[in-house]
Amino acid sequence: MSDKITTPREITFRVRRFDPDADSAPHWSEYRLDVHDGMTVLEALHQLKAEQEPTLSWRSSCRMGVCGSCGMFINDLPQLACQTQVLHLGTDVVTIAPLPNYDNVKDLVPNLEPLIEKHAAVKPYIIYLDQMEIDSPTGEFLQTPDEREAFSQFTFCIKCGLCLAACPTVATDPLFLGPQALAQAYRYTADNRDCGMKERIEAIDIFHGPYQCHLAGACSQACPKGVDPAFGIQLLKRALVLDSMGFGKKKSSVAKVVPLADVVKAIEEFAPPPRTVGK
Amino acid sequence: MNSNSEPTAYNNRLGLKGWIYAGKYTFERYLYLGHRLSGMGLIAYMVLHIIETANRMRGVEAWEGLMALFASWPFKIIEYLLFAAAVFHALNGVRLLLTELGFFLGRPKEPVYPYSSSIKRHRPLTYIVMTLAGLIIILGGSSLFFP
Repeated sequence: MSDKITTPREITFRVRRFDPDADSAPHWSEYRLDVHDGMTVLEALHQLKAEQEPTLSWRSSCRMGVCGSCGMFINDLPQLACQTQVLHLGTDVVTIAPLPNYDNVKDLVPNLEPLIEKHAAVKPYIIYLDQMEIDSPTGEFLQTPDEREAFSQFTFCIKCGLCLAACPTVATDPLFLGPQALAQAYRYTADNRDCGMKERIEAIDIFHGPYQCHLAGACSQACPKGVDPAFGIQLLKRALVLDSMGFGKKKSSVAKVVPLADVVKAIEEFAPPPRTVGK
Repeated sequence: MNSNSEPTAYNNRLGLKGWIYAGKYTFERYLYLGHRLSGMGLIAYMVLHIIETANRMRGVEAWEGLMALFASWPFKIIEYLLFAAAVFHALNGVRLLLTELGFFLGRPKEPVYPYSSSIKRHRPLTYIVMTLAGLIIILGGSSLFFP
């Protein structure tokens, strides 16, 4: 490991500031801070706020890459502040700006409303045609491990919004549904329990839909959870093409409902493994 | 200071800069830019081509004068750039067509760190297609400039 990423030293932080009550445009402020090995950008911001700039604002919560709140534009790439170690950036000046392609509410706080609205627009839930089964379930859905693996990668999305900040199409087309929503559309379309392809097509097969994506791959590069939204979009395009040619998912391929009685019987017959502790 | 009582957010959309500046992103991000720029160039050529051929209606002399202009070196270079754009756009388009149909991207799998992405998995295809485009552009250039 090179000294550049392990030697504690003083780092200059260039932070973009914006106060909607006082400023008409953002400006840059510089702060200097002694950074130790392992210190994340989020920890550095907390220290800056505590010691130098109490009005500095950002959004964060879990500090461990799970909640997706602390997305920022760090050294010209969208990254989670809690997962980015300052010394690993390898520069003596670290620039921190709010996520681009979102309105800037204050300092490093983006307005993520468009992300949530686009996510909701693609019907991100399982649509099952049998309303009787939804209202009064008679059993459980059957799903094999292979059927689950077809979409499980895309369930890891934490809605941090980094992919929309990275996407060059979103930069010029604010109505483009974007990598997050389209990958989620595929996640539900690929689920064998879902029958909502027809309904979902109305929401996604539009001018601002998946065909605006020309596989720049920036969204997959930015994704902190390995969801690979660009992959989801390409698979969604294939699903749309197959559907338009009449080879789409047929209703008969929908997961079968296993009667509750059979499930209870299977549980009753299930023998637990022998005890290994406290024999 | 805002004149409204309600504080307003700052429009942080990157716009054209976010489209043109590929910065620290991967090779495919630059191909995205090249694909769009070459596409726009080809559309612009199509319009200019119609205007150019319409000059035939102005008589033989006007037409031959225009052809002599197009035979000059600056226009040869423009013609070559147009050829390069068409080759790049066509071959990169084949790559996009294949990936849009799900080929060469691998299969979805549980993300385990360090993550592998479909972008990396289809990179051999990217390199093959771009090498082919480069070769055709070089060979085409040699036949255009040194017939």
